[in-house]
Amino acid sequence: MAGIAVLCEVQGGDVSRGSIGVLEEAGRSGAALGVPVEAIVCGSGLDDAKLAALGGFGASTVRVADDALLASGIAQPVVDACATAQEAGGYRYWMAAASIMTADAMAGLAARLGAGIVIDAVELHAEGGALVTRRSGLGDSVLAHCGFVSAVGVVVTRANAFAATDGNGGTAPVERFAPSFRAWSQAVALVGHEDAVETGPDISAADVLVAGGRGLGEASGFGQIEELATAFGGAVAATRAVVDAGWYPYSAQVGQTGKTVTPNLYVACGISGAIQHKVGMQGSGTIVAINKDKNAPIFDYADFGIVGDLNAVVPQLTALVKARG
Amino acid sequence: MRIAICVKEVPDPTAVKRIDDGSHRLVRSGENTLNPYDRHAIEAAVQIKEGPAPDTEITIVTMAPESAGRSVDRALAQGGDRSVHIADEAAAGSDLLGTARILAAALKRELFDLILLGQQAADSECYVMAGLVAELLEVPCITQAASIELADGSVTVKRQVETGYDTVKAQLPCVVSVSDAINDPRYPPLPAIMGAKRKPHEVVTLAELGIDASTVGAAGAATSVGGLSKPAGRGDTIVLEDDGTAAEQLLAFLVEKKVVA
Repeated sequence: MAGIAVLCEVQGGDVSRGSIGVLEEAGRSGAALGVPVEAIVCGSGLDDAKLAALGGFGASTVRVADDALLASGIAQPVVDACATAQEAGGYRYWMAAASIMTADAMAGLAARLGAGIVIDAVELHAEGGALVTRRSGLGDSVLAHCGFVSAVGVVVTRANAFAATDGNGGTAPVERFAPSFRAWSQAVALVGHEDAVETGPDISAADVLVAGGRGLGEASGFGQIEELATAFGGAVAATRAVVDAGWYPYSAQVGQTGKTVTPNLYVACGISGAIQHKVGMQGSGTIVAINKDKNAPIFDYADFGIVGDLNAVVPQLTALVKARG
Repeated sequence: MRIAICVKEVPDPTAVKRIDDGSHRLVRSGENTLNPYDRHAIEAAVQIKEGPAPDTEITIVTMAPESAGRSVDRALAQGGDRSVHIADEAAAGSDLLGTARILAAALKRELFDLILLGQQAADSECYVMAGLVAELLEVPCITQAASIELADGSVTVKRQVETGYDTVKAQLPCVVSVSDAINDPRYPPLPAIMGAKRKPHEVVTLAELGIDASTVGAAGAATSVGGLSKPAGRGDTIVLEDDGTAAEQLLAFLVEKKVVA
């Protein structure tokens, strides 16, 4: 029986921790199904000796596509590489930890192969000789048991769903392959990049985080967020939407494209709580939400929610916390 | 410039959503509305038409039951010039791949320069439709656009990625999904809402698009849902409406839980 391929994303020269977590989970599924798991790595100037270490996380073979076209973070050349690997490997399943690039790459691969695709998978199970995922739905109120009818199945797992271990120190053979690139994959190119600049305190180390979203109305709304954070002795976090809008620095961003945080207390102010934000903060100890929209998804996973005007509640809370000294 | 915008009708966020125990499909019989993320894509198209390309025609493309006409009208009111509504009972039960095949078939009939989508659907939180459709159309794809610029047959997009901001340039035709940070969609004025019904509405079937019904819908689904279960919850949630004392009650809760000393 053909095995499982895991697309392992390289970020900043290293395979992402999220990818390693999925590789290990795929290893458990592969063992239950009796099939091998291979790691597929795409990039440019990759170090084979370093990638061999993926063997310590469950890969039986590491297949590497190394080409300048694969260094841009653009998904479509990666689709081509995965499709080339599929021709040789005949995999039954493809998996990747959700990121901006991998989600697009797995979507493209599914379309190319006529394969079913399941996104936002939070569990993988071997049932009846096949892989059956648990796909979270309706604000995480239900798990749909999604399997595949098609010959190949593609799974995008929720970011941070599978934590990586330190591995067993093993190695796997590394084999290089040359993708055949399609014309449309080369009709898109990276023409500029600005690195995220780290400013302010490290929010991943903070014990208390007070986070602001679009519901603040404007950039100046962060003033009261900062005051509450100071009263708690904590730091300020922000959503992608307000960071993109320039209201607050990137280094404060929590979520799929930002940081993953686990403070003892997370106070979400004016944040609706879409899945991309949730995956970055759901491990927090106590979650408090203040939002004027009682239907906001954030209330589904908060411990304490206040439906109301944050411009009234936040200053009151700041004064009360300060008064306790 | 010819712009197509793929939109989706989703259950109204104020309605209680549930999945049918028998079919394992989302029950769509309640109040429905235009996917809020799609409004950002429409606004982006309207800004292109108001700015660099005044001769732009904006086509709203959707796959939905015939009853979705109101959501199509809503999209037209916000700035669409015409609509292509794929309505066919055989499309019901389409999974992501089936939906992409149907949208791609409708998009292939015409020559669009730019195909826009919202970043995700508010009901399924699906964020991969752009990647699926682009591959089926064999055109470049850029997702999560935080800004869009058009020049000389190409589109340049700024997008946030894990390591910062990328600027990506692609040749047209191109599929672009827009981030909800790209703009603040304007609410359509009353005359636009009234005028939406008079815009050209085309309702098409799968056969008219040349789609083999066995490759889409429930019959052609590549994925299957074998059951449903309840995830382990976080425990009880306290939600209260602020009557002026919510901050005090919150602090008492945090003190009791020893989160605050």
